[in-house]
Amino acid sequence: MACTAEGVAAALRAAAEVIAEHRTELVDLDRAIGDADHGENLSRGFTAIVSALETAVPETPAGVLKLAATTLISKVGGAAGPLYGTAFLRASAKVGDAAELDVPLLLDALRAALEGVQARGKAVGGDATMVDALIPAVSAAEGTADGTIAEVLTAAADGADRGAESTVDLIPRKGRASYLGERAVGHMDPGARSTALLLRAFAEAAR
Amino acid sequence: MKKIINDPAAVVAESLRGLAVAHADLLRVRDDPALVVRADAPVAGKVAVVSGGGSGHEPLHGGFVGPGMLDAAVPGPVFTSPTPDAVQGAIAATTGPAGALLIVKNYTGDVLNFETAAELAAAEDLDVRSVVIDDDVAVKDSTFTAGRRGVGGTVLLEKIAGAAAERGDSLGAVEALARKVIGQVRSIGVALSAPTVPHAGEPSFDLGPDEIEFGIGIHGEPGRERIPAEPADALVGRMVEAVVSDLPFESGDKVLLFTNSMGGTPQLELYLAHGIAERLLAERGILVERRLVGPYITSLEMQGISLTLLKLDDELTQLWDAPVRTPALRWGI
Repeated sequence: MACTAEGVAAALRAAAEVIAEHRTELVDLDRAIGDADHGENLSRGFTAIVSALETAVPETPAGVLKLAATTLISKVGGAAGPLYGTAFLRASAKVGDAAELDVPLLLDALRAALEGVQARGKAVGGDATMVDALIPAVSAAEGTADGTIAEVLTAAADGADRGAESTVDLIPRKGRASYLGERAVGHMDPGARSTALLLRAFAEAAR
Repeated sequence: MKKIINDPAAVVAESLRGLAVAHADLLRVRDDPALVVRADAPVAGKVAVVSGGGSGHEPLHGGFVGPGMLDAAVPGPVFTSPTPDAVQGAIAATTGPAGALLIVKNYTGDVLNFETAAELAAAEDLDVRSVVIDDDVAVKDSTFTAGRRGVGGTVLLEKIAGAAAERGDSLGAVEALARKVIGQVRSIGVALSAPTVPHAGEPSFDLGPDEIEFGIGIHGEPGRERIPAEPADALVGRMVEAVVSDLPFESGDKVLLFTNSMGGTPQLELYLAHGIAERLLAERGILVERRLVGPYITSLEMQGISLTLLKLDDELTQLWDAPVRTPALRWGI
């Protein structure tokens, strides 16, 4: 599928389905180390994005990404709302008024999303957060820069999966999980898992 | 899960509707975004005191809206911070030229969302400042954690900042007082059982029949360590030691002692614990001059208690004693 505004909208609809399917899994991951709301909150946000897209799909990919950002910020709450909202907002700003995303623009958008999340949440790699999924996702995407959009996103999703898996062995240093310290070891970070789920949904939608 | 609810997604909205009809003389509830606002807001010439956070900690925060305490409370979904547009709505409904003080508990989501709201308000030329309370001694405060959580001290902070605003202090003065309170208030909590978040439908953590979670937060997020259940003397002793040694509180200090039920602990046990805490403080020469005992910052039906100590001086005592008229705290009016 071409990465037009409609293509990005389709990817977000696919993401909403995936998040709804995994709502309970994300709640359970969060229950182990936090407060059991991550799946609920993201599901609420993505459902709202789908509703907003039903009213009207913005004209550019950037417009769609910005709509996703503002919806997530105003509907999700918690830490996930501002963090995912910032990721989509920075990605939107990066792609400007392009009518269609190509691979270089997609890579720029992914890098901007990562930088935005790090700036807002002040987390670095190894803190056991969504950043641990985003860093390997971006670097795997950069490694396939000569591929198609679908190949780049698949590589990103693979990288994010590995990154999410790596949080199992980490001592969390940000967010509510940090209060647990060493007792959180053995649990996957829910934000890293949802990042991997979202990138996988985008990759599948791009096929 | 057995709860007196309809749809888990509608719990907060339906509860707020009840709060509104029960206390129509004190507050108004607005929908989408959800806000609890003083009935007479905005109060001309007065600094607005606004707080909020996830629901499920009742009476915090909606129960503290009224003369002498909060101008507005912003309830998020259960255990989830409200969004920036909700906080901004509360600021807009209460804030005039005197400005507003936002009282934020140190949780990543609360800090991020309130920070964003303060930026939005500043863009509209409103004088808005924030203080972040972080009184939980259970959490290691270092650059490698999110820092200490804001817990029981929040109730005392909201009362004192609210009283200062009510007597006409400037925004700078209310903020300075708030920072003073944050500097000298400390808390610790324990859990005997887990809460069940309505949308999750099962307990937030598993605790054996003979286990206590020591250093629990107000969201039922697991605490610092798990210890075997022990008699109240030993448990309260452990809690008093954790709080007193942290600031530290010293012999001759005048304090307010706040013994809080996390929601599921009955008054019988709460007063029992309070009595022990007072005795242990007296043995250390710490003078309990004011008390608050009851469920004021809760974690749904979680069994457990928290102890909060605030070091008092004449001004703080006077502000604590100042009249307050809210659904959950009421004296002097």
